[in-house]
Amino acid sequence: MERIFLDKLAGWFTKAVAIFSVGILVLMILGLLIKSDQILSTSSLSKLLLSSEWKPSKGDFGFLPFITGTFIVTLIAMVISVPVCLMSAIYLTEYSGKTARGIVKSGVDTLAGIPSVVFGLWGILFIVPLVRDIIAPAFGVETSGYCILSGSIVLSIMVVPIILSIMEDVILSVPEDLKEASYAVAATKWQTIKYVVIPKTAHGLFSAVILGFSRAFGETMAVLMVVGNVAVHWKSVFDPAYPLTALIANNYGEMLSIPLYDSALMFASLLLLVIVVAFNLMARYILARMKTEEG
Amino acid sequence: MELRRIEEKVFKTIGLISVTLVVACLLAMILTVVVKGLPALNWQMITQTPKGGYYLGKEGGILNAIIGSIYLAGGATILAFFISLPTALFLQKDYYGKTKLAELVRLALDVLWGIPSIVYGAFGFVFMMYVGMRASLLGGIISLTFVIFPIMTRAIDEILLTIPRDLKEASYAVGATKLETTLSVTIRQAAPGILTGVVLAFGRAIGDAASILFTAGYTDNIPSSLLDPVASLPLAIFFQIGTPYVEVQQRAYASAVILLIVILLLTSLTRLFSRMSENYAVK
Repeated sequence: MERIFLDKLAGWFTKAVAIFSVGILVLMILGLLIKSDQILSTSSLSKLLLSSEWKPSKGDFGFLPFITGTFIVTLIAMVISVPVCLMSAIYLTEYSGKTARGIVKSGVDTLAGIPSVVFGLWGILFIVPLVRDIIAPAFGVETSGYCILSGSIVLSIMVVPIILSIMEDVILSVPEDLKEASYAVAATKWQTIKYVVIPKTAHGLFSAVILGFSRAFGETMAVLMVVGNVAVHWKSVFDPAYPLTALIANNYGEMLSIPLYDSALMFASLLLLVIVVAFNLMARYILARMKTEEG
Repeated sequence: MELRRIEEKVFKTIGLISVTLVVACLLAMILTVVVKGLPALNWQMITQTPKGGYYLGKEGGILNAIIGSIYLAGGATILAFFISLPTALFLQKDYYGKTKLAELVRLALDVLWGIPSIVYGAFGFVFMMYVGMRASLLGGIISLTFVIFPIMTRAIDEILLTIPRDLKEASYAVGATKLETTLSVTIRQAAPGILTGVVLAFGRAIGDAASILFTAGYTDNIPSSLLDPVASLPLAIFFQIGTPYVEVQQRAYASAVILLIVILLLTSLTRLFSRMSENYAVK
């Protein structure tokens, strides 16, 4: 009987731990909500989101420049990264041999493991001078190099592993028969890719992009190190920006000395959490639906 | 040549260029960091803690950050393992995998997986203030645990899914309970895969900075208790690069080389384990 009892006990234990992990999430959301409540009761939600006035000592907390900063850095990163990832994924799955794909895959896996501080350091050493001395002069602009474009370039490389690996998986899931049918009517490889593979996988490719987007959106250290961190109204990609994540990371020291500041930063965290989670769930939902349609 | 043949060539070339670009970025990054960091790397860096005036370019090393990172990542990996393994087992069909609760847990794990580590850090900090805790090793370990346990759980869950049903059925057929089957069949069979997930999570923990920025603090000493603040490699890089002194910035590059070596070693280790699991597992 002891065996049976132990078995039951182990089962309950797994259940308790699993419930605990849901509990962490609930606790976090509740905690952030409670802390954000203070600031939400002094300024309205629309004022917090749409005002550009950021004077914590006067109690003005307008998040607009930080929100637009996060979005622009992330969007440009995706504009750079997505075409490269898509073409790479197509090349690796349809054109190159298995060996080449294996080698690139282990390279990309390595890239995935590199800490974001190292990306940031590389950004300072390589991307910032590149933007300052080569890219900006080419457009006739002067910049310190610590700007939106630098942040976006660093981010665009950081999201390669997640976007590329999902895109590869998605393209590989296209049944061989479908492609054979296309080849049978004398279509070239690219025609097959254009008319069969991409339409067939559009949803999956899209969800890879969203997952990459949400990863980039929440990235902190690497962006913080190269993006300049000035809460200005940026006019070009050579201007600095101040993303939400950098705002939180840079100000925890002050947040205790100024009233409402901690609440404002928790509101920023909540905002990040809600946006990132929404994107994530959307991507998961699309991928899961694709699986059931296939299966 | 026909238009479509030209199109074929053009896009194939674009594809090749894209792949080359991705690989070139990886190489450029590793090369830049190594070339910049290697000259500044010396024995003193990894055997000494910072001495007086270290941040002005004087004597010392970053042993405090190396040891600190091992403590932080090690502690978080152990804690996360005790959450991840039971949770991954819970998600199996043998346990509660088909219940509504399991679906909820899966959803929660997906959500937790996506939460940026800065949010864990900020929340952890506020929570620590609430319970009256200072920035410390313990605080850092707990925040890191939250960051890595969803990653580890997902890795272990995927490995457990590959264990053949028949193998477990054979065990059940001779009257073994679920627990006995889990311990002597499932986990044994999945061991190299589980190890891969653990090493992967350790690698993520040792490289993460945003979650420990507020919760672990920073110190020149090696912590002697869980309640002492603790230094870490990623933050050592971050703080040293932020100083105006060239000597100190060079130490940031050297610290990055150390971190990079650790990460590359861990990556090779996971590759070794996953090859082991391919060779060793019963299919």
